Amino acid sequence: MSTGAAAAVRRWSPPPLIRSPWLRRGLQLGAIAYLALALGSVEVNWARLIDGLDRGWQFLRAFAPPDFVSRRGEIAEGLAESLVMTVTSTVIGIAISVPIGLGAARNVAPLPVYLVCRGIVAASRTLQEVIVAILFVAMVGFGPLAGMLTLSFATIGFLAKLLAEDIEDTDPAQLEAVRATGASWAQIVNYAVQPQVMPRLIGLSLYRFDINFRESAVIGIVGAGGIGATLNTAFDRYEYDTAAAILVSIIAIVMVAEYLSGVIRRRVQ
Amino acid sequence: MAAPADGLLRLERLAKRYPTGDEALRGVDLVVPAGQVMALIGPSGAGKSTLIRCVNRLVEPTGGRVFLDGGEVTGLGAGALRRARRRMGMIFQEFALVERLTVMENVLSGRLGYVGFWPSWLRRFPASAVEAAFRILERVGLTEYVDKRADELSGGQRQRVGIARALVQEPQLLLVDEPTASLDPKTSRQIMRLICELCEERRLAAIINIHDVVLAQLFAQRVVGLRQGLTVYDGPPEGLTPEVLTTIYGEEDWSRTIRGQEEGGDEGGTLDEERMAGLR
Repeated sequence: MSTGAAAAVRRWSPPPLIRSPWLRRGLQLGAIAYLALALGSVEVNWARLIDGLDRGWQFLRAFAPPDFVSRRGEIAEGLAESLVMTVTSTVIGIAISVPIGLGAARNVAPLPVYLVCRGIVAASRTLQEVIVAILFVAMVGFGPLAGMLTLSFATIGFLAKLLAEDIEDTDPAQLEAVRATGASWAQIVNYAVQPQVMPRLIGLSLYRFDINFRESAVIGIVGAGGIGATLNTAFDRYEYDTAAAILVSIIAIVMVAEYLSGVIRRRVQ
Repeated sequence: MAAPADGLLRLERLAKRYPTGDEALRGVDLVVPAGQVMALIGPSGAGKSTLIRCVNRLVEPTGGRVFLDGGEVTGLGAGALRRARRRMGMIFQEFALVERLTVMENVLSGRLGYVGFWPSWLRRFPASAVEAAFRILERVGLTEYVDKRADELSGGQRQRVGIARALVQEPQLLLVDEPTASLDPKTSRQIMRLICELCEERRLAAIINIHDVVLAQLFAQRVVGLRQGLTVYDGPPEGLTPEVLTTIYGEEDWSRTIRGQEEGGDEGGTLDEERMAGLR
């Protein structure tokens, strides 16, 4: 044993992710080559870029200082409309998402229900808000109703999917224990599933509230009402200072909502 | 065992084959008379957990029949099965309490089979159920913890809540799955003692899955050994000789596991203490 000092030092390194050295090197080289070619294929017109820098600067300067005053009526109205859209669509979205989320969780829903609910979630997630908004504007006309419908629809895809995943991650032992008492399905959901997913559901709902408010500004541009419509009008009139005021207001509201939701989320943990 | 053929619980050729092809149970016949505390021992994977879950059909048996108090449990429809489950209380290895609910809500969840959805949703249980829950919490010594959340309790306290939840069902039979596996040796004994005392007080039968042969010998009136889905021993705790343990678990030096007769101590004496010291 005392001769151990003379023995060769044993080396160890973690096994590589891909065993074959040829494949590993090949993939690394391939990735680098593709990246280089891809970057090379994007044409950069340097003269145009330098020109553009100046134009961009002019554009930004037109924003300053933000003008909250001359269109304050429209801004207030737009913000109020956006908030109404956000609140209603979040509430409606949650109300629809909870049953769909339950249906899309494999551990509490039978297979046919699961497939239908996953289908609804997938449909809601594949369609981007702006496209949905255009569709609803065509269906119900310009204004906040189209916005509310769009955001409710988008909320389902987001909330139902994440809720379903959280339900699938619940501790099965707790479900089993409540089932063993002779509880019905609804009672199992109420006693074993709900306590486990409630904090996350609240957190996700508040987060979705933030998202819906920001989205309400985007979909307004395609005619779905709210502050987005006001913003669009400001750009159309070249009133960049008013547009800046609107953007600042949106940022401020999002930050306040973010802060409040953080406080609430900490409380429910 | 000369149990009456119409014991409280009767299993006939009970079998379970999982979709993966694992044969967890290969035709188990078992009769448990009312009021008997039976320990079910056997190596991991012998089918102990599957067996007790087939009794209340948390796991659906693929063959054989289960009778509780003369009525067949296998083949019951959803509603009748829920009513049958009320008569079988279950106690779990990792306690399986709903962590974010209070102690009282966890105990009252034992009454879910007796009340409709709306009263349970509003937590408006009948006064008799609430009274029963308070009485049981008193019995297991958790009166001050009624409104604490389950995740604030220690392991031993949690298992007491688990026991209270099973008992508030007013069952005839307890299905107990490794009640001491997450507990220290001292708490393990206290919990086993509590379960056995309660069984005696209320004349409950119990099937207790347990890894710990010494605890099984100390507390059970009857021991059943399961190996690869078949019963290989059924008899009194004193009958667990090294040969029998070898049949159940396979070759090993069992001399230190078996309660030393010559010691004469009522809880196994020194051998047992050595074993406890060596745990974990």
